Amino acid sequence: MRIAYDRDACQGHNRCYQLAPELFDVDEEGYAVLLVTGEVPAELEEKAQLCADNCPEFAIEVEA
Amino acid sequence: MTDTVPETKRPPVEDWATDFDHTHPDYAANAPEIWDDLRERCPVAHTERFGGAWLPTKAADVRAIAEDTDRFTSRGIIINDFRPELDIAPRGYAPPITSDPPFHAGARRLLLPPFAPKQIEAWEPMARACCRELLDEVEAELAAGGDVVDAATAYAQDIPVRVIAAMLGLPQEDGDKFRMFIHRILETPGQHDDIDPSETLVAYLSEKIRERRESGADGDDLISYLLTVEGTDGNRLSDEHVFGTIALLLIAGIDTTWSAIGASLWHLAQHPDDRRRWVEDPDVRIFAIEEFLRFYAPVTMARLAAEDTEVGGCPVKKEDWLLLSFPSYNRDPEAFEQADEFVIDRARNRHSAFGLGIHRCLGSNLARLELTVAIEEWMARFPDFELADPGTVRWSTGQVRGPRCLPVRVLGHGAA
Repeated sequence: MRIAYDRDACQGHNRCYQLAPELFDVDEEGYAVLLVTGEVPAELEEKAQLCADNCPEFAIEVEA
Repeated sequence: MTDTVPETKRPPVEDWATDFDHTHPDYAANAPEIWDDLRERCPVAHTERFGGAWLPTKAADVRAIAEDTDRFTSRGIIINDFRPELDIAPRGYAPPITSDPPFHAGARRLLLPPFAPKQIEAWEPMARACCRELLDEVEAELAAGGDVVDAATAYAQDIPVRVIAAMLGLPQEDGDKFRMFIHRILETPGQHDDIDPSETLVAYLSEKIRERRESGADGDDLISYLLTVEGTDGNRLSDEHVFGTIALLLIAGIDTTWSAIGASLWHLAQHPDDRRRWVEDPDVRIFAIEEFLRFYAPVTMARLAAEDTEVGGCPVKKEDWLLLSFPSYNRDPEAFEQADEFVIDRARNRHSAFGLGIHRCLGSNLARLELTVAIEEWMARFPDFELADPGTVRWSTGQVRGPRCLPVRVLGHGAA
């Protein structure tokens, strides 16, 4: 699984950072910062899916 | 339905599709039913009141308006009988919420850092201490007699007031004043022609800003910050900008969060299964909080049409009002599975309680913190409670919706 994050669509709702701080950090303005490049570790796939399913701006997609 | 609709000067509404009035007590009492009805048969309601306004109820239409800042301006965001002057744009009266691009970005950017998640986390101990103090008072009240307490006025309303007063560096004891200003501006807009100018929000804040300026504005509060910060153009902010932003921070965080806390307690009072789940399964809480926000989203914003256009096929004229009903968005079955059901562990929840697009609620991290801590602390103290009398619950009118009177009976407490 891979995560695609669209920084231009992000409005800083911080749902991803809240649900999966292992996958997303936030910058000093509250915009998300994707921490994972490449494959998502198997034990974090469920959390990655949660991030994608809870972003109000559809800024996160996961590709299996 | 409620049988305690308060007196109102607003004329009765014949049909919500053609004559809606969100400031009418009937709307306050039955808004979710009204949205569902309109979404099925309309779905973009209209009214000649307020000089012409539209109420789209479908998620797709709400999102389209929120994302289109060219066709829809934030010059006016609280529907009123008059429209803010054209020359107030692009800043508007309360930047950045009333600002349009490109001015908006700079005004918002100044405020993002103090409201970013890691800065807001630092306020948790204060928020928690405040909740515990209020619960101690509630407990003392219960011990003195009876088992009923108004959770809206004795608990929920004070939490955001105390936190924002601390952030702004304003006296805690001015909380009652803040609530009076907010009630006029948000709940009964345009219904106050007879107020002494010295008793207004403008007079109060002007005085506080003047005092802060004279004392050097060297505190670590937000008023000092706004008086000394350099804008994106390298200059200090104008007096109007500072005033408008402080007014926004004071107004935007209080009724909204009060409503969210109150509505969540209203829900829990009536759903013992959800109360039990909250207590027994701490992992569910992060999802429960977002479901409270989805199902009881307190805030409806407004826009003005910047040109003749259309929404959901309806012909919208330049300067018509539009209500951005985020609460109705959150109950649209085209956007949510089981949209009309409260699902405490809902795992797919792209709710729009904090808005969508460039005006996403600046205080959302603070509001979420306050809501979480308020419910955690209440449930730790009073895990079992019910509505004392459903007929006495009163919901607010206007664009911020939540219970303003919420008598609950605390069960199995103290009566050993």
